[in-house]
Amino acid sequence: MNTIEQIADIARRIREDILEMTYKSGVNGGHLGGAFSSTEILATLYGRVLNLSPDLVTDSRRDRFILSKGHTAIAHYAALAEYGFITKEEMMTFEEPDTWFPTHEIMNIEKGIEISSGSLGYGLSIGVGIALSAKIRKSKFKTYVLLGDGECNEGTVWEAAMAAAKYKLDNIVAVIDVNGQSLDGYIMDTMPIYHMEKVWEGFGWNVLSVDDGNDISELLGAFYSLSMEKPNVVIAHTLKAKGIPSIEGKVGWHHARLTEEQYMAFKKEMENAQ
Amino acid sequence: MINLNRKDIGNWTRLGMRKAYGPMLETVAEDHPELVALTADVADSANLIPFKEKFPRQFYNIGIAEQNMTGIACGMAKEGHNVFLCSFAPFVSMRNYEAVRTLAGYMNLNVKIVALASGMSLGVQGNTHYCLEDISLMRSIPGMLVLSPADVVEEAECISFLADYEGPAYLRLTGIDGTPTVFNEEYDLNIHTPALLREGETVAIISTGSITSECLRATRALKNEGINSALYDICCLKPVDDRELASIISRYKYIITVEEHFRGSGLGSIISGIVSDKNIPCRLIRLGIDDRFPHVGAYSHVMQTSHLTAPYIKEAIISELK
Repeated sequence: MNTIEQIADIARRIREDILEMTYKSGVNGGHLGGAFSSTEILATLYGRVLNLSPDLVTDSRRDRFILSKGHTAIAHYAALAEYGFITKEEMMTFEEPDTWFPTHEIMNIEKGIEISSGSLGYGLSIGVGIALSAKIRKSKFKTYVLLGDGECNEGTVWEAAMAAAKYKLDNIVAVIDVNGQSLDGYIMDTMPIYHMEKVWEGFGWNVLSVDDGNDISELLGAFYSLSMEKPNVVIAHTLKAKGIPSIEGKVGWHHARLTEEQYMAFKKEMENAQ
Repeated sequence: MINLNRKDIGNWTRLGMRKAYGPMLETVAEDHPELVALTADVADSANLIPFKEKFPRQFYNIGIAEQNMTGIACGMAKEGHNVFLCSFAPFVSMRNYEAVRTLAGYMNLNVKIVALASGMSLGVQGNTHYCLEDISLMRSIPGMLVLSPADVVEEAECISFLADYEGPAYLRLTGIDGTPTVFNEEYDLNIHTPALLREGETVAIISTGSITSECLRATRALKNEGINSALYDICCLKPVDDRELASIISRYKYIITVEEHFRGSGLGSIISGIVSDKNIPCRLIRLGIDDRFPHVGAYSHVMQTSHLTAPYIKEAIISELK
């Protein structure tokens, strides 16, 4: 089992990988902001929460991880590489011609990628289907679905939320990366979801609110307090572009193409922030 | 698998394709334990209540949320279930299109989408409930199997076939209760070969869906006028065997396609594509719905005002032959 320090170290390396991939992709760029806000969530899930390892990817008893906010696949690739599901060489084919690791991920069970995602709002429905299937077969695994708060503008998220509550899916865990922004800027300006916690509660979910979703201990606290009776949602309040102090929480870094100067400067900031 | 017999065919015909779906699925579920049925608040319309009572752990009513139903279906299919989902055709095809394309299609999942009451079969309910676009939409998804049975016999054959098929598929059910059958209990569906319903020369009608029974009536009326027209039913609209179809088309001077679908984007466009690609010398006439929302009325009325009943089909052919 990974210690908090080990997970923190992996989170640091995931950020380095994301920066590296973004810079190397040149004019294509990467979804830097949301990848950095999700980093601790991914590091914690893969480091200590999920019953999932490279030798379990086709085991029917494995926990399922669904990346619903598919644009942050770049962070998922980095987590998969750091935890040994894919090689660094595979990871670095990010956005290259004919790659299996484009901007939005492609289903690849052997590499630990459960679904093709990128069109927002569908991951939770798929997760509900998987969790229902587990109930039918009396399998004990859990299904974790990572969504963005902007993604919660999509109506299908709430259709799936209703269904999970109807079928009492205590085996599904939604994690919302609440970084407060979507492509066009602050969610409170674009299309606010007031009282995120209350809304999920109203839909019949057990809500676990995490004040600092970039804090591994706080995240673990939530993942260790799941309800055994209801679907669970971990609402993780994070910072977009967390880890690069000069741009943390600022608008304009949802997707980035980095110049060499920016790359070097961000790299230095990340080193100093340790 | 569904065994065909006269008694069941009679009962299904009285129910129509939509309401025959539930009993047919119940039959195939007997020997398909991984089969699950999903619906979006139309269990009664699809006659699935007896299925629900018989197989409660294989039945899921997802409520009025077709995209979510499709996502759930894909999650279950990913885990190895054989998923049949259903709702009215416009909702499972048009509202649901991206979910079908991006989830079931792109991930090539074992999800069978059953489109109830496609075409204009919901009559007075109007254009919100018509579906004249689904052949075009579903054919645009790589890897999608598109089936369009002509009657309840062919529907039963399709459902037997789909129960053993692995991959995304769309089953387009048209017609109403009492729509006549064109096949009998001897029928054996071969999805790769159009069914020859009537032999003829010079003229061939190619049809899909329940409108095939109108075409059969038209061939009888034409016979009285001394015109011996052939009739082919194409159940499988994707994939189509271009060579087989080209070989059929080449035998006739006049080809008439008939469909309860926008005529610019369904069966007629499939056939015109083959005629063009294979450079086949023939006169092709495409009958279907023109580029407008049809005026609303009872099913028989809208079929008449759309000139898709047997007398209009006959007249269209006679005027071309003159």
